[in-house]
Amino acid sequence: MQSEPLLTARGLVKRYGRVTALDAADFDLYPGEILAVIGDNGAGKSSLIKAISGAITPDEGEIRLDGKPVAFRSPMEARDAGIETVYQNLALSPALSIADNMFLGREIRRPGPLGKWLRMLDRPAMEKRARAMLSELGLMTIQNIGQAVETLSGGQRQGVAVARAAAFGSKVVIMDEPTAALGVKESRRVLELILDVKKRGLPIVLISHNMPHVFEVADRIHIHRLGRRLTVIDPRQYTMSDAVAFMTGAKRPPETAVAA
Amino acid sequence: MTEASARGGQPQEFEKVLAGSDTAVAQFESHDRTAVERLQHFLHSSPAAVPLIVLIASLAVFAFVIGSRFFSPFSMTLILQQVAIVGIIGAAQTLVILTAGIDLSVGAIMVLTSVVMGQFTFRYGLPAPVAILCGFGVGAACGFLNGWLVAQVKLPPFIVTLGTWQIILAANFLYSANETIRAQDIEAQAPLLQWFGNNIRIGNAVFTYGVIAMVVLVLVLWHVLNHTAWGRHVYAVGDDPEAAELSGVNVNRMLLSVYVLAGLICALAGWALIGRLGSVSPTSGQFANIESITAVVIGGISLFGGRGSILGMLFGALIVGVFSLALRLIGTDPQWTYLLIGVLIIAAVTVDQWIRKVAG
Repeated sequence: MQSEPLLTARGLVKRYGRVTALDAADFDLYPGEILAVIGDNGAGKSSLIKAISGAITPDEGEIRLDGKPVAFRSPMEARDAGIETVYQNLALSPALSIADNMFLGREIRRPGPLGKWLRMLDRPAMEKRARAMLSELGLMTIQNIGQAVETLSGGQRQGVAVARAAAFGSKVVIMDEPTAALGVKESRRVLELILDVKKRGLPIVLISHNMPHVFEVADRIHIHRLGRRLTVIDPRQYTMSDAVAFMTGAKRPPETAVAA
Repeated sequence: MTEASARGGQPQEFEKVLAGSDTAVAQFESHDRTAVERLQHFLHSSPAAVPLIVLIASLAVFAFVIGSRFFSPFSMTLILQQVAIVGIIGAAQTLVILTAGIDLSVGAIMVLTSVVMGQFTFRYGLPAPVAILCGFGVGAACGFLNGWLVAQVKLPPFIVTLGTWQIILAANFLYSANETIRAQDIEAQAPLLQWFGNNIRIGNAVFTYGVIAMVVLVLVLWHVLNHTAWGRHVYAVGDDPEAAELSGVNVNRMLLSVYVLAGLICALAGWALIGRLGSVSPTSGQFANIESITAVVIGGISLFGGRGSILGMLFGALIVGVFSLALRLIGTDPQWTYLLIGVLIIAAVTVDQWIRKVAG
């Protein structure tokens, strides 16, 4: 990781009444890496991720994307800047088709008067792109792009949400607990998906409680504790027990690891 | 775990056995479906099919029982005339119910706008087109009030429209002083107000402009709901507002636009109501809200939002019209009509619940 970080946060503070969720938290994401963010419940990792994805606005601190300071007031602004988030609840509309879901909020309209005056959607173009994206991620066992999302299995839905993020995320993809609700086989498929997205050159922020999954795919692990970044470790040099020990405060991290 | 542990997508120890398992993770249609399952899937993907089948079946049964007195161009188009107002109001109701809301004030908005159109012409002497525009303005304002209370103040739609229903209806009586404008006066001085009462005759078939307006409105809204981003957002908001918001839909603006549009459609119904009655009567259309909800429910649109087709609402309204006319021709007590419609409502919701299980 010699290059400059793509996304950085310095001294983020977020208070909810008397509770300090973020206490001068730092964050660095480098190009092309998978950065796992782990932390105990209440450590503030959700607040950190929400601040980066635009769902909350921090009280203090600075976020820089590509070296330029950014201040997102909504998830849509973060999206426009190229940061896509796969939410834990997936944010899909069950009754709508796969293609409609992938393009929800950024539909493609027909060229010419049909699109301009009748505001007609360009379904063929949307379906073509959705299909291309799903096949690229090896998800074309989903046969009919026009079928409602509610007829898909949990893994397939996750696949649609990941494909949507990968298709539109130009800078960063954030994934919140992507394997939490899945079975063994489907989790494996989603982990492969994550690596596929990485191969496309997009850096990924992975929030997960599943240590084996984190250690399997992450290049670096950001450990969050008491509202701030405790340390960043290399998963090849530490064990899962070490990570859990740092996370829960049972063990102090070595000073050198912080610089990693 | 050792350093060599499962880097770069290699399976972990406990997952090695997966190599021997079926590789198709996200397989669909894994087994041959039974006829019942296929039916369930078909109905799931075409929500207007059930009311259409019921409509055709009831037409066939009554045509067989009553004969040509019922199954004639005149009677068929009479049904259309009788459901025209409910169909237009039902279109407004459909939009609101698709967003998982409900609008109890639709009938009141319709009556108030028709009174405004009439009184502005006769009390203030405004030209009829201006008075009609004022009626649409009042409809939009009522819709905006509903939408603002639902979207911004975050009150439940049922409560909001229960309140505005009473407010608008009372305003209607207070403003009109419960005074009817006679049909002859309208015909002599402002025939434009009765424009929707004009008709086109093809043989014995009579199509009033009100009927044509209803059909055109439903077709336009069907197009908008299915083939524009706005329409897809209506479904997304009704389905799961949080997911829609996170996917980039401005939910509040969406809800506001739906209620305002519903208000405008109610104003259209108010205008068509003058054409249907000939006169402007502040006491008309008392049950339009319940009738529109009935059409929507029999039409297979889910009261929980996000599911159903506006064409179903039209079929639902027509089913009610067919039952009313047929039972009247048979000469039964009109209460039988209400009884059967009650049964239909419960049957429609039962079928809806069964179809939804396809997702489970």
